[in-house]
Amino acid sequence: MEKPLVAIEDLHVTFRLRNRTVEAVRGVSLTMGKEKIGIVGESGSGKSVTGRALLGLTPPAGEVRAKKLEFDGQDLRGLDPAGWRALRGRRMAMVMQDPKFSLNPVMTVGQQIAEAYVTHVRASKAEAREKSLAVLEAVRIRDPQRVYDLYPHEVSGGMGQRAMIAMMLVAEPELLIADEPTSALDVTVQMQVLSILDDLVSRRGMGLIFVSHDLDLVAAFCDRVLVMYGGRVVETLKASELASARHPYTRGLLDCVPRLDRAQRELPVLNRDAAWLEGR
Amino acid sequence: MILSVENLGVEFVGLRAVDSARFAVRRGESYGLVGESGSGKSTVLRALAGLIDNWTGSIRFDGRDLSGKRDRTFYRRVQMVFQDPYGSLHPRQTIDRALAEPLAIHGMDRREERIEKALEEVGLGHGFRFRYPHQLSGGQRQRVAIARALIVEPEMLLLDEPTSALDVSIQAEVLNLLDALRRRRNLTFVMVSHNLAVVAHMCARLAVMNRGRIVEEMDTASLRAGSARDPYTQRLMAASRGYDRALAESFRAFD
Repeated sequence: MEKPLVAIEDLHVTFRLRNRTVEAVRGVSLTMGKEKIGIVGESGSGKSVTGRALLGLTPPAGEVRAKKLEFDGQDLRGLDPAGWRALRGRRMAMVMQDPKFSLNPVMTVGQQIAEAYVTHVRASKAEAREKSLAVLEAVRIRDPQRVYDLYPHEVSGGMGQRAMIAMMLVAEPELLIADEPTSALDVTVQMQVLSILDDLVSRRGMGLIFVSHDLDLVAAFCDRVLVMYGGRVVETLKASELASARHPYTRGLLDCVPRLDRAQRELPVLNRDAAWLEGR
Repeated sequence: MILSVENLGVEFVGLRAVDSARFAVRRGESYGLVGESGSGKSTVLRALAGLIDNWTGSIRFDGRDLSGKRDRTFYRRVQMVFQDPYGSLHPRQTIDRALAEPLAIHGMDRREERIEKALEEVGLGHGFRFRYPHQLSGGQRQRVAIARALIVEPEMLLLDEPTSALDVSIQAEVLNLLDALRRRRNLTFVMVSHNLAVVAHMCARLAVMNRGRIVEEMDTASLRAGSARDPYTQRLMAASRGYDRALAESFRAFD
């Protein structure tokens, strides 16, 4: 069998705070190849912490333990800072939620992308510029020459998010972790950004982990979906089989969203069951 | 009609944020304003609330024209609930103080009783009264914001994306609460949201806004039936149904 892109077995992330310990992730396992994986859950479910652990971005207060934590066959446990630098940005990258906070306000969009490129690849300034323009075009920015010289405050939210994606993609990573990449965007813009991600995954053969609170969106977009609750995966589904989800939490999440195709006086609310925390 | 808006315009330096908006809301009705960022929906709400004063046209509330200085009763009869439950409560004030303040401003009696009742009505109960906002979850804070709006016995609530910062399960609880309160007290709602399905759930009629203009006004039933005529509304409808490859392609033309 081909070696998987990502192999996680029994991942735990524990935060030691002043007077208590929080187990943010409790035993998550995932094996994936070049596919689109969705991780869905509500605030505090551990979905973002899982994504960050894979990139070695757990804050110092957190402790990561796992039976297995591998990227392309390489063990990530106990990797030193130099080892992380060789991977991060180059072979695996992350797109954050809000371009307003993630872009450097005093550099032009193009300069930031070019900087990301020369950080990871030996290249001249001219090559970096050319590569940046190409990647801006790949995320469907119509006039890359013009956008290259714009500052972040001069672009719209959707364009800023595409610029962020461009920056993450310029070094051609094999795995992209997108943490709520479209939640700050309008629905129509969200569509465009998703279709760009969709293209990139299929064309470049990239793996994608899509972290989101939006179950419907993730199911329409990804191949497989992990539903997280209280730090555990309560259900793993083929995206096409979302409608036949069995876990009451998944069902509850699906039911409590107002829908255009169904009118109801009162929305069903989620009755949380303590057993879900035990992963049942 | 408890509220009627005619030819409403708002201009910020060089930008026509709202252009000739016109709609009317019946007493006890729930009316929605839907649109994307920059459509002018929140600006309309802020003009109604009296948070901006450079609007033109006419706004009438319960028969009275709102241009010029509004009297204090207006600010009691019309209350607003904001989007961000983290930003709209003072971090150093207890819930008790947040609820006592509007009562003091409007010189209302039986404060003790009203505070207890308001908390109960939004499903929080006595135990929350002396807590600070940081001790509450997002959903609980939004309940406090609703209690603070209701405590002065308003007739109309202006809701600006009241659930878009909340998880979907909490959103369901807050929407159910708002809907129940509206029925019980015969409140009038004007609700702003970018989420078409949320507005369709809460409101009987709605206006779709794009670039400062109301492009279409319709009732929820016809929206659900898919009889929107305006191309922008149709696009918004389609996008709200979820990710669809072919559909995304059709949006490429817009930049």
